[in-house]
Amino acid sequence: MIAFLIKRLMHAILVMFVISVLAFAIQDNLGDPVQQMVGQSVPESEREAIRERLGLNDPFLVQYVRFAKNAVQGDFGYSYFYREPALSVIARHLPATLELVFAATLIIVVFSVPIGVYSAIKPRSPISRLFMGVSIIGISIPVFLTAILLIQIFAIGVTVTLFPGTTGWGAWLNSFFSTQGNMPSFGRGYDLVNVAGNWDTNLATWNGLKHLVLPAVSLASIMLPLFIRLIRAEMMEVLQSEYVKYARAKGISMRRVYFVHALKNTMLPVITVGGVQIGTMVAYTILTETVFQWPGMGLMFLDAINHADIPLIVSYLMIVGVIFVVTNTIVDLIYGLVNPTVKLTGKPA
Amino acid sequence: MTLKKTVLASVIGAVFAGTTLMPLTAGAETLRIGYSADPETLDIHEQLSGGMLRFSHLSFDPLVRWTKDFDFEPRLATEWEQVDETTMRMTLREGVTFHSGNEFTAKDVVWTIERLKESPDYRAIFEPVASAEAVDDYTVEIVTAEPYPLLLNLATYIFPMDSEFYTGETDDGNDKTEIVKAGNSFASRNASGTGPFIITNRRQGVRVDFERFEDYWDTESEGNVSNIVLTPIAENASRVAALLSGGVDFIDAVPPNDLDRVRDADGVNLIEIDGTRIIGFQMNEERVEAFQDVRVRQAIDLAINQEGIADRLMRGFATPAGQFSPEGYSGHNPDLVPRYDLERAQELMAEAGYEDGFTIDMIAPNNRYVNDAQIAQAVANMLAQININVNLRTMPLAQYWPEYDTRESDMAMLGWHSDTEDTANFFQYLSFCIDTETGVGQYNYGNYCNEEIDALVTQADSETDLERRNEMLREAEAMLYEDVGFIMLHWQNLAYASAEGIDAEPVVNAIDFPYLGDLVINRSED
Repeated sequence: MIAFLIKRLMHAILVMFVISVLAFAIQDNLGDPVQQMVGQSVPESEREAIRERLGLNDPFLVQYVRFAKNAVQGDFGYSYFYREPALSVIARHLPATLELVFAATLIIVVFSVPIGVYSAIKPRSPISRLFMGVSIIGISIPVFLTAILLIQIFAIGVTVTLFPGTTGWGAWLNSFFSTQGNMPSFGRGYDLVNVAGNWDTNLATWNGLKHLVLPAVSLASIMLPLFIRLIRAEMMEVLQSEYVKYARAKGISMRRVYFVHALKNTMLPVITVGGVQIGTMVAYTILTETVFQWPGMGLMFLDAINHADIPLIVSYLMIVGVIFVVTNTIVDLIYGLVNPTVKLTGKPA
Repeated sequence: MTLKKTVLASVIGAVFAGTTLMPLTAGAETLRIGYSADPETLDIHEQLSGGMLRFSHLSFDPLVRWTKDFDFEPRLATEWEQVDETTMRMTLREGVTFHSGNEFTAKDVVWTIERLKESPDYRAIFEPVASAEAVDDYTVEIVTAEPYPLLLNLATYIFPMDSEFYTGETDDGNDKTEIVKAGNSFASRNASGTGPFIITNRRQGVRVDFERFEDYWDTESEGNVSNIVLTPIAENASRVAALLSGGVDFIDAVPPNDLDRVRDADGVNLIEIDGTRIIGFQMNEERVEAFQDVRVRQAIDLAINQEGIADRLMRGFATPAGQFSPEGYSGHNPDLVPRYDLERAQELMAEAGYEDGFTIDMIAPNNRYVNDAQIAQAVANMLAQININVNLRTMPLAQYWPEYDTRESDMAMLGWHSDTEDTANFFQYLSFCIDTETGVGQYNYGNYCNEEIDALVTQADSETDLERRNEMLREAEAMLYEDVGFIMLHWQNLAYASAEGIDAEPVVNAIDFPYLGDLVINRSED
């Protein structure tokens, strides 16, 4: 176990190193940070002086070594745009993103497991078919479109005048399909509760939760259908296996067969995919956070790109690399718990 | 610390832990703003940008400010007179206090002008100013090296800072006065001005809170906004949605695609203003020999349908241009209008011997100006009709400027706003013969050079008789129109939108700095 964790730690360091080299290598293509810091009419001589002060004129290797030296001591440089150490900028934006990912994950888990299991048990029922149909649509709609639709329907409101409003039934149908809006369409709201240090939470107040709903649903929208389909497919396969047939023949209650014996084996591949997907979700937060002006890491990263804020871009990429390593490690640990035959150290069982 | 606290002597008691709900007193009006960007820093001399100037008008006051019709309105300066050719004497307003409680006097103005002359962003603009001197507590004399007609234009950039507040050393031994680009200076974290609003809480990129300054001098202003919450919302669609859903009361930069939607929506008002930013193309005469022929330049100008672009592509959200300076600027020449004529363009190409045309590269940004990439595409198609084949490359802003600076393309798109709100500035940056010593022609992409025009504009710039100066600049515009030193397209309009009851129309202007101190909110009770 300890050997495994040490190995993963080495892994993380290697990942950070490779990312930092790559990020540094492409920095010339990210744009000119000085251009973003000065007014358009500022003469070239002033720009040159700033470039010199920031050390942007030094050769690649000199810049990299200087960065690496500081990074080893935990100093990842100074964000040009936020005028703060890059790491503390990231630390400040991290909680918002984690809460968003947490809420989306919760939505995915709560809905995908029952729906997936149900449509595996009753594949021919109309409800299952409906779920499968909707999930195909869900997979195909890009996340920003989902977000904008949600904003239109639940934040701005839609007035339907499709049916004749003069008739009773028409008016009723019109109002049935119209929505009021009223859901917040941007930001985290003003009722945040400070938990500790940098961490202000949306989860403690009603208003905070309301702000979380639309972003979390749109972030979940891309993964939820995927997991429903995955769980359904795995479950159907497991239900065909010998041990399930045996359990049924033995007369164990169906509920127990489905939810204890079959589900456990269904979850193994789901956890593997899930671990990778949570990492991917961090990437999708960039889109979601932009549309909802959610002040998390995704929005911060986009700002950093727009301002060619190279220290922040490099640090963000390295931190995301670490998040991937950490989630994979956690997935492997959980895997070991669910299926004791898996050995973490990679030796044959 | 999650919050950047603005430590002000007068509001030290206001402690913000975590985030707070705004306390609302009776009759107080809170304005929730969704701007496309928030101020980059609190140091108003650190960066010359639209966001910073908007902030300057909130927490500071200029000596004079522009009215909607480009006249000067007295603010901290109440009167001014030209004493001799190079000296202007300004009388300052009495009884004005800074947010810190310090009294505003002439020494603050002198101190601010001296600091402006140290700022990398403002130094060049304040080059003409030789010195400033406090005659007494409420009189200041500004001396220019040469006779300079635009001193009042510059005075709109002088937002007196609290010299006492910004003098001394911080706890860690830094000079409070220093201007540090993208650094962590005292002035970038703390502010004390005379303006209508005090910053109480700021999280960069997330939100900025303002509270009305109780001792604000302008008691005649009808403005009744007591608190402002500014949320930067960069994404156009999200900003519009935030207004339509009632999440914010006032937004800037409504995108052309959403104009109709906002216009038709209930409970929301759209405010359109003719803007002052010229959008156009520059031809690189260094790289393409044909561009040195005035007939080819004219042909290109004639082949481009400015009206069509403004009408269809911009959906009326632009004013077609035939010159640099928009209406209202001194130097605007009403005779110079777009002159689309494809047949004549083809004839000119034939006369110049380029009947079969040629192939050029073109670059344009895709996230800087309204519909920039589409405009470039349209221009490329129009040029195809006079047999100029265009290879167009568009790129995001962060990559565009470095690419532009290399000057390795044949045509490039540029938008320009005159920092002095005056015609000469356009010429000096965009069409003057390049002179690296004086810095003129810094954005003259194509190395266009017409010494006659340059001489005329230079002469105009030391002409203190404003009517004569005006004549000269009109003449310069006409000469450039004939010689086609710059392909003019249009002035990009501005659009704000506000919720019902927010009377924003009187406080917004073509310069794009809403005077929110004077904003009146009159929400109907229901």
